[in-house]
Amino acid sequence: MASDAPAMAVIHGRSPIFYRRFDRKDDDQHQTHYCPGCGHGIVTKLLAEAIDTLGIQDRTILVSPVGCSVFGYEYLDVGNIQVAHGRGPAVATAVKRSRPDSIVVSYQGDGDLAAIGTAEIVHAANRGEIVSVIFVNNAIYGMTGGQMAPTTLLREKTTTTPLGRDPAVHGYPLKVCELLATLDAPVFLERVALGSNKQIMATGRALRRALENQVHGLGFSLVEVLSPCPTIWGLDPAEAQTFVRETMTRTFPLGNFRDRSASAVPRRLAVTVPDLGELPRILGLGPASGADGASDTVVPASPVPTADHRIVVAGFGGQGVLLLGEFLAEAGLSAGYHVSWLPSYGPQMRSGTSNCHVRISAVPIDSPVVSRPNVLIALNEPSLRKFLLSMEPGGLVLYNADRVPVDCAGNDVRITPIASTAIADRLGSAKVGNMVMLGALLEATGMLPDGALDRALHRLVTQESWYELDRAALQAGRAAVHRMTAAPAEPSLARDPAMG
Amino acid sequence: MEPQLIKGNEAVVKAALLAGCRAYYGYPITPASEIVEMAALYLPEVGGVFVQAESEVAAINMLYGGASAGVRAMTASSGPGISLMQEGFSYLAGAELPCVIVDMMRGGPGLGSIGPEQGDYFQIVKGGGHGCYRNLVLAPASVQELVDLTMLAFELADRYRNPVVVLADASVGQMMEPVSFPEPRPVPAAPAWAVTGTAATRHNLVNSIHLEPDVLEGHIRALEAKYREAERSEPRWEAWRVDDADIVLVGYGIVGRVLRAVVETARRRGIRAGLLRPITLYPFPTRAIRALADTARAFAVVEMSTGQLVEDVRLALEGSRPVETYGRVGGNIPTVEEVFQLVERTLVGARVPSEVSTNG
Repeated sequence: MASDAPAMAVIHGRSPIFYRRFDRKDDDQHQTHYCPGCGHGIVTKLLAEAIDTLGIQDRTILVSPVGCSVFGYEYLDVGNIQVAHGRGPAVATAVKRSRPDSIVVSYQGDGDLAAIGTAEIVHAANRGEIVSVIFVNNAIYGMTGGQMAPTTLLREKTTTTPLGRDPAVHGYPLKVCELLATLDAPVFLERVALGSNKQIMATGRALRRALENQVHGLGFSLVEVLSPCPTIWGLDPAEAQTFVRETMTRTFPLGNFRDRSASAVPRRLAVTVPDLGELPRILGLGPASGADGASDTVVPASPVPTADHRIVVAGFGGQGVLLLGEFLAEAGLSAGYHVSWLPSYGPQMRSGTSNCHVRISAVPIDSPVVSRPNVLIALNEPSLRKFLLSMEPGGLVLYNADRVPVDCAGNDVRITPIASTAIADRLGSAKVGNMVMLGALLEATGMLPDGALDRALHRLVTQESWYELDRAALQAGRAAVHRMTAAPAEPSLARDPAMG
Repeated sequence: MEPQLIKGNEAVVKAALLAGCRAYYGYPITPASEIVEMAALYLPEVGGVFVQAESEVAAINMLYGGASAGVRAMTASSGPGISLMQEGFSYLAGAELPCVIVDMMRGGPGLGSIGPEQGDYFQIVKGGGHGCYRNLVLAPASVQELVDLTMLAFELADRYRNPVVVLADASVGQMMEPVSFPEPRPVPAAPAWAVTGTAATRHNLVNSIHLEPDVLEGHIRALEAKYREAERSEPRWEAWRVDDADIVLVGYGIVGRVLRAVVETARRRGIRAGLLRPITLYPFPTRAIRALADTARAFAVVEMSTGQLVEDVRLALEGSRPVETYGRVGGNIPTVEEVFQLVERTLVGARVPSEVSTNG
């Protein structure tokens, strides 16, 4: 390498991939905005040649970053997307996924890729996105005027490391190829440099490989190019090239870090697209069917015109509180009512209590929030105490116990104890306690016609075994209400006779 | 299609797919996580793209990529995730990329809570990103409206080449209501400006940088003209019993429905109350509210924040009528009973003749 001439490489001829005139100010349309001796000009030219060689000009989409190469789109006659600082790999991901025939190139500098965009590059690489990334590493922030980059060398002076980069303060130069080589997905990772003609030729080959891999559908490829920045480094172009060749490469050794170009299996992102008419079926928007494969039972829709059931269901998490509410809403809908179901969610579930608001109404529902319930299903005592005071006078409470706490009675509210958990236990599973309560509610109020629950059962119960148990629980709940009506003065004696 | 009981967060994905959305990028967050889960389930089934992004920052930039490629694309999140996306909102608007973002608002600031709130009004309606841009903002109050407005959002996004936000408090995402879904719409062809990796689109450029002052000013003026057009054509609202109303209640989303119940209660007690529920928050129904000042004596703004929507109502009224305000936050939803007290207080403040309240 040391024998190479330090002069800048001259690659003759103008690639047809370049626009004939650049979209710049009047006097500058024949040249790029890059400084004399800057590596970006060379990399851009090598990229153009690779695109030309592979015949992919029409398919290529260049994702331009923030940094000195922000105007990459002014030079290359390909599809162009200019993006936010560091986000190129995220943008490239989405473009490639939706346009799998395109060849997507994310062109990024060291601040863009290795500082602000670290998450995006690591995850695009880790997902094995079928894109090609060109990472131009000149160890400095060029466009913003010479601040420290994540790849700035130790002891190198920048405007934000005026005394030189001190690892104790600023950390160490970030080695992107080495970092990405720890991941399983990347297909091709190579570090090259612009420190000599020979190195420049090798850079051209690496860029071509990175694009070729994408043409073959081989997955994530990245080429890191050690590149001179004479202006900010305060060197002339020849000195800067020498610095790349003799100094940068000591921190960033050149070489290939991953090459599975020969062994990787091509991937094709294209998918089957169903006919538009298939969408309702795919999205489950057709008629419901359940465990028994039967479609909905049609319930005669003759809603009671004054119906306005404002229901709160409350209990511990795991008691099927939300599901009970969902059954009610679904059954109400079957019976021709307007319905809403509003759950409590999140930490309340995790800390043990849960509730939902259900409205079943003959007229469109204004607020789904039930602040004055006329029905309360309290599956535990804290729920009874919490919601009792908000009840509308004359409302009905079904309470999961065999007796009502003495201090809760006499609130102008009917409280009916139904020991739903105990009844369900005797049926074989405490989990159907909610269905016992549901049966009791329907029996006690007659709020929904027979058969209204069929649709809910079909839709919500997917296992045959549960279907039978749920039906038994509903029936047991109805029976419990009958016994209560027979002996209202002795609620504590309520027993399911079937269970002894 | 036949009405079906469905949760808001599930319905919104189905609505998007029926509207021709074929790409979703998202990061999970309570209380919007069912959206990303539904998208993961259904997008591959319809031949679309789903990516679980490494962050909301990545998700919004994937949205930028999908929109650049001419695909109808969407993401969704909630408060903290939306804050992270703000950089992307600015770029999307600057580059004039059509896309849809759903914000199921939760409690803030900071981690706040996962309960419903409306504290994202400022960051979405006023623009939480940098520069002179606006989001078009739709505020559903029911699951059916969430479906309808999500489908409209894709149309508006294309029409204005601008991000459209469906801004709902989390209760709308979490609740179940019956929904009649419309028939699926054909997936539109990529717009002529998109970058799709073909000969026909090779000269296209998606971009938001314009260093020349006059060029950037021209770009911003063009955006501004677009927003003025939206302000003329797109304001949507629900007005109910406002014609003879002494007091007009203003609230959006779930609050708008609580206010409907308040109007009922007030009317039963002889108070002439009405409801104005903004459906578009930007463009704001400014003229509709201003017009009501001709007949109403007072306004009361109710929101699940400490005073964000109220600023736009006050701007619309230009000081012509007193504006009372009431807010619940932290995951609490205002109740009919407490808002009714606000109505009585407002009427006293506005010196509405006492006979109306003795009727009840």
